[in-house]
Amino acid sequence: MTTIAKRDSYDVVVVGAGPAGLAATAMLAEAGLSTLLLDENAGPGGQVWRAIASTPVTKREQLGADYWAGEDLVQKVRASSAEIIQRATVWSLDCNLEIGVSAGGVSMFVKARRVILATGAQERPFPIPGWTLPGVMTAGAAQTMLKSSALVPDGRTIVAGQGPLLWLLAAQILRLGGRIDCILDTTERRNYFGALPHAFTFLTSPYFAKGLALMKEVRAKVPVVKGVSELAATGDGQLTSVTYLAGGRRQTVPADLLLLHQGVVPNVNLAMAAGIEHRWDDRQLCWSPVLDGDGNSSVQGIAIAGDGAGIGGVDAAVFRGRIAARATVEALTPAAAAGLAPTASFRADLARAERGRAFLDCLFRPAPQFRIPSGDTIVCRCEEVTAKDILDAVAIGATGPNQLKAYRRTGMGPCQGRLCGLTVTELMAQARGKSPQEIGYYRLRAPVKPITLAELAAGPKTDASVKAVVRG
Amino acid sequence: MFKRSDQDQRPSVQIFVDGVAVQARGGDTVSAALLASGRDVRRKTAVSGAPRLPYCMMGVCFDCLVTVDGVGNRQGCLVPVAEGMTIEIQKGKREIER
Ligand code: FES
Repeated sequence: MTTIAKRDSYDVVVVGAGPAGLAATAMLAEAGLSTLLLDENAGPGGQVWRAIASTPVTKREQLGADYWAGEDLVQKVRASSAEIIQRATVWSLDCNLEIGVSAGGVSMFVKARRVILATGAQERPFPIPGWTLPGVMTAGAAQTMLKSSALVPDGRTIVAGQGPLLWLLAAQILRLGGRIDCILDTTERRNYFGALPHAFTFLTSPYFAKGLALMKEVRAKVPVVKGVSELAATGDGQLTSVTYLAGGRRQTVPADLLLLHQGVVPNVNLAMAAGIEHRWDDRQLCWSPVLDGDGNSSVQGIAIAGDGAGIGGVDAAVFRGRIAARATVEALTPAAAAGLAPTASFRADLARAERGRAFLDCLFRPAPQFRIPSGDTIVCRCEEVTAKDILDAVAIGATGPNQLKAYRRTGMGPCQGRLCGLTVTELMAQARGKSPQEIGYYRLRAPVKPITLAELAAGPKTDASVKAVVRG
Repeated sequence: MFKRSDQDQRPSVQIFVDGVAVQARGGDTVSAALLASGRDVRRKTAVSGAPRLPYCMMGVCFDCLVTVDGVGNRQGCLVPVAEGMTIEIQKGKREIER
């Protein structure tokens, strides 16, 4: 497998080989642009099509048609002129479109005329008491293991949270012969009213029939507790039970595995470190990049496509990838753009794919108590900082996430705020009576993923960088 | 916690976890292989020594940190297993003489 880029500059570098990155790469290569696709995983597919070229799951219907829909695109990209490097971690991107990437234990730097970021989404933090205990994982984690290694839960398993992915995962686990003892549904009842204005578009969207079928399939086999408004994991060094409150009744059930999910949020680290402007999205309760209709960001030459541009799901990701790629072709080789389908048709596709999204966002808006914890609940998993620690820091003068670092080191551990950033912003906003936009986010910097000093030291040195450290 | 579906026909790959031979499957990540092994593979955090297992399995949380072939703090969920690979479970802070 390739671990070294063949050239030191490309027309376009695409980061992320999920639906958006693959769709963009296919079009760019077809238009004759030199294209490098960098992806952190062992194979293409991103999260939704994870391990699509290597999954040991041979009974195809168990993963579902939406999973296998990615096969064509993967084949197309592999057959194209685009260079693909898997297991490549992009740790730096700057406004000169210079990319620092680590692969096979070596870092290299490549230049691009254009960059398309398709770094996708991650699970939204779900900070409940005990969420750091061994035995508590994200639903996405279980799905990753299921797709790439055909591993399914085996002990007493509880799935808790809300959203379409939760039901899909539950159905897949059951199909592969895994165990689920119960589903704790945290969807707030009042959300049904909030979502009502969007109900018509939802009912006529593809999500509706699919979602209903999945829920029916799962409910036939697993008890579902609705209206769960409190959730805690307990155990001494290992999960042993889950306690929840539903309909005024508190229950404790034994458990070996608790799978949590309350939606996904854009993976912002690389984009933010590149200096791209983001704004707080009140509907999706996360940071989203500020983009124009072609996906161009506030940094000249960098576009964002896919769920990293705001959560839209797999189909929207593909179309956003095509829109960004088409605009890139138009900018770099206008003659080739003439042979592509018009942007308007991609935009129509995108609008269709986004139907029903507003309904899902409103219905599955995570409840405040599951986003903004209190007391001893850990917020920053890496530095082991609790909600109370953060409120104490606010009380003595911490004004925002960046000041908080000096008080408590939140966001300074290896995950670089990925699992605490949203919580810290919302928690501080609430404590200080401000909006999340006013409170802001961590100032992110390269390297956005840890690399060894040896790797950094082996990199090319410019005269300026040598002068900066050499004496007289 | 997890079991393998019997449709998994991938060849087995032998890795060593704290010196003990463990059978993984080709294509497993280190973290998946550790979780599938049924062994106690909890690491201890560098901050408080609290036990942890992988949380996200997609490169985000860093709770899967593990020493792979002598290199510390690798994200086990992103590294595929290879024949003869040696894995050490990290127990708390690194000591200076190591
Ligand atoms: S398990 Fe989260 S980064 Fe590996």
